[in-house]
Amino acid sequence: MSAGKVTDGRIDVFIDGEKVRCPPGTNLIDLVEGMGKEIPHYCYHPKLSVSGNCRMCLVELGTPAMDRETGKPVLDEDGAPKIMYFPNPVIACATRLTSGMRVRTQSAKVRECREAVLEFLLINHPLDCPICDQAGECLLQEFATDYGRGYSRFIEKKVVKPKRTVLGPRVMLDDERCILCSRCVRFCQEVVEDDVLGFVDRGTYTTLTCYPGKQLENNYSLNTVDICPVGALTSRDFRFRMRVWFLKETPSICTESSVGVNTLVGSREGKVYRITPRRNDGVNDTWMSDSGRALYKRIEDENRLIDFRVNRLPVRPEDALSEALRRLQGDKVAFVGSGQSSVEEHFLFNCLSRAAGSVLNCLVSRTREGDGFLISNDANPNVRGALCLGFIDTLPEANLTGLAEKINRGEVDAVVVHNEDLTTAGIGRSLLEKVEVIYLGSHGNGASETASVVIPGLTVFEKSGTFINQQFRLQKFLQAVPGPPGVLDDLVTISRLLNLLGKDEGRLATPAAVWAVLSRRLKCFEGISFDTLPETGALLDGSAFRSLPFCEGPSLHFEPETGTVEARA
Amino acid sequence: MAAERKILLQHADEAYYSPGILNYLAQGGYEGLKKALKQKPEDLRQEVLRSGLRGRGGAGFSCGLKWSLVDRKSGKPIYLICNCDESEPGTFKDRQLVHKDPHQVIEGMMIAAYANDVVQAFIYIREEMPLGAKILQGAIEEARSMGFVGENICHSGFSCDIVVHRGAGAYICGEETGLIESMEGKRPYPRIKPPYFPAVLGLYQCPTIVNNVETLCNIVHIVRLGGEAYARIGRHGNTGTRIWCVSGMVQNPGYFEIETLTMKELLYDLCGGPLPGRKFTGIIPGGASMKILKVDDNFRNRDGRAIGFEDIIIDFDGIQAAGSMSGSAGMIVLDDSVNIIEALANIIAFFAHETCGQCTPCREGSYWARNILARMCSGGAREEDVALLYDLAGNIGGRTVCPMGYSITWPVRSYIDKFRDQFEANAGSNTCGVESFSERLIEK
Repeated sequence: MSAGKVTDGRIDVFIDGEKVRCPPGTNLIDLVEGMGKEIPHYCYHPKLSVSGNCRMCLVELGTPAMDRETGKPVLDEDGAPKIMYFPNPVIACATRLTSGMRVRTQSAKVRECREAVLEFLLINHPLDCPICDQAGECLLQEFATDYGRGYSRFIEKKVVKPKRTVLGPRVMLDDERCILCSRCVRFCQEVVEDDVLGFVDRGTYTTLTCYPGKQLENNYSLNTVDICPVGALTSRDFRFRMRVWFLKETPSICTESSVGVNTLVGSREGKVYRITPRRNDGVNDTWMSDSGRALYKRIEDENRLIDFRVNRLPVRPEDALSEALRRLQGDKVAFVGSGQSSVEEHFLFNCLSRAAGSVLNCLVSRTREGDGFLISNDANPNVRGALCLGFIDTLPEANLTGLAEKINRGEVDAVVVHNEDLTTAGIGRSLLEKVEVIYLGSHGNGASETASVVIPGLTVFEKSGTFINQQFRLQKFLQAVPGPPGVLDDLVTISRLLNLLGKDEGRLATPAAVWAVLSRRLKCFEGISFDTLPETGALLDGSAFRSLPFCEGPSLHFEPETGTVEARA
Repeated sequence: MAAERKILLQHADEAYYSPGILNYLAQGGYEGLKKALKQKPEDLRQEVLRSGLRGRGGAGFSCGLKWSLVDRKSGKPIYLICNCDESEPGTFKDRQLVHKDPHQVIEGMMIAAYANDVVQAFIYIREEMPLGAKILQGAIEEARSMGFVGENICHSGFSCDIVVHRGAGAYICGEETGLIESMEGKRPYPRIKPPYFPAVLGLYQCPTIVNNVETLCNIVHIVRLGGEAYARIGRHGNTGTRIWCVSGMVQNPGYFEIETLTMKELLYDLCGGPLPGRKFTGIIPGGASMKILKVDDNFRNRDGRAIGFEDIIIDFDGIQAAGSMSGSAGMIVLDDSVNIIEALANIIAFFAHETCGQCTPCREGSYWARNILARMCSGGAREEDVALLYDLAGNIGGRTVCPMGYSITWPVRSYIDKFRDQFEANAGSNTCGVESFSERLIEK
């Protein structure tokens, strides 16, 4: 049909003459972005309400003319539908596409509109890019380059506004750079429902501020810095520390909780400078918590383990491994894994436990009250990985009472621990002194202090792997920075031990190698390879674990199964 | 000799007429409401459509059509708001109606409320009219005590109350969606349309009718006279009388309720012509945001025939055909004593002060235009300023959420178009050595 209606419920629209098919009501900016083109915009954000104030996304819009009498499209001489263009340009962000719409995003009039809006935005802008943290990822800079006039016609005095306003413990505001797009205001109102930001004064003197007596201090405040299209809102942690164009951005997963927030780790020359959210519409949209962003500080924690030790004395790595091997060869060995370990580590750790004839496998739970948004009750990012790999078959416990009993009864004389502090998990120091502890981990704790063998490990930023989040979504993280010199990847350590025990898995020292085996060996991982795992992850079948009483409440894109809640109650 | 035709203001200025309800009742007050309550709401709406009444707030949109667009199927309550945020410079008609005959406003509102199944009505009155708010509040109390407002009005079973809501002092609250935001307790940022048409998603996201004070007063007379009889007042498409506010350089400024008069009849017969020894140079017909009409120009009437300034007919169509808009009917008259650049600077300074700051072009463009004009008025104009001002003003109107962008575009462009010689002479008489300004420009 000429109006473009087709049977699958989708409609035809024409963007700069190119025919595109989309569901009715699609947002014009989103559609054009999906075509690999761009409609420049500042105030529009796909996860916030449409405010339509920046006027940067003006386009020319036409609709098929309708005959009022018959309700049918009017045809021109060639029999094609007659298109009526609106006399004024319209904002693309508030345009929901209907059948047969014509859009011009590149016409002379549209270019003129963009140039004019940019000129207006820049007249009162301080133009302080050389000292501005946003430089390099600033939409004002980018669009001024792409669509701007290139010189200023403005010779009046600029409006003076407050600089360096502290909005909260983590966010700083420069009002002169603010273009009043209201993204941050809408974020606080709509996403975190902490209505603390607003505008005062009028016209060009309009100023962003906190309500009197309030601060921007919620645990998602730094998202306002991410969505600020200019350098008005900056992170007090990151500002003035690094030029963004030097940062290498590595996709990663936040280990704060079982939500598995997708992140980008910004690093330069082996040092992490910031963590920002990575869009995943199935998990975290475009948001992440402030607390999750601070986790990179653990890399340089004073508690960090960098030496291989046997009986508290530094040794060569191979000596530590052979000492560990000697203790593994006993017949009273227990294994304590970690909900922070990757799927690959769980796999090899489980192989090791079987090879050593483990008398008990356990995992330490780590729970607290979540916020119902991006922090869940389960502070371990990968409990489901341990379950899928069969390292454990029940949920982890806060107190390892089973292990404590076995130690007391003399049924366990050696414990292999991955990253966990046994002294806070129900195994006091007096109990620990009865066993030999082999500790593999990135940071020191009560368990490592009493351990006979200590093997240092890597943080999530220094290795690659996968986690399985609360939705049973398998998600990949990649190595952003190298680990401390001499420290082995946990996968390498465990596979070497397996090698020393003469096991086949001893040659699997990388995630890709592990997955080549895993995808064949376990049905739930069938057809998955590490290299081709999508950036947004892959949903696994978690039905086998449905009856387990997970401690999860709802989060942004997750609803716990009713059976689970009942089981918990 | 032309004369006023007083319908809305019939009693307002009579000696011994006070805003009390007894005076209003003595003049046949609330008879229109009683008559309306005996009819079906849809018949009343038809009557208003038949009357041809056009909104008196500024845009001149058909009142009957506006009512017909209300979403009556949503199941949500329908609200009525009387827009008494009269803030267009040069306009002071609603103030007269509210101060001198508040019951006429209330009667009009209650008829409109009944005709549209409204559950709650509001009067949004601007902050600068505290007396008006007080008078309205008192009048509502009086009307409520006599059964014209509130529960079971005139024993008809229809109930609707009126709440007086005072603004906080912003021009933009006169824009209906800005007004609604303000009533909801927010900054009066006008809403984007689509989707927020008040008739569908208005106050608290419910269908809402926003009508001007004068429009609602006319409803009373449409009901009393009947739609067809009302439609015979004035010209076709411009029915009813209209209260014009004439200010500026005339002998006898004030407000005049007229039917169909020409410029000559209004400005000379009613307003007494120019001040002694002066001659008119231009008029701003519909409030400060409208395009100026230059007295020496040739104009056209709505049939396309060439006419002189004095023959322009003062109604919606007549002024539109002459190249401007009747707006809020605030006519500002300029004579040869007025420096046109100073007049423009004054007007743009007002709009730069009153822009809400939501949309980039209006927020920044008004500030820029104001500064350029301030320079022009203080001897700092550059040769290129006229072209720059003209160009930047063209980048505002029609590219913003609400029509206020045109309040910069229309005055700046029409003043320069009509009085370009004055602007160019000014630019050539730079007296304070701002050549240094030019040197700072990067492009030079």
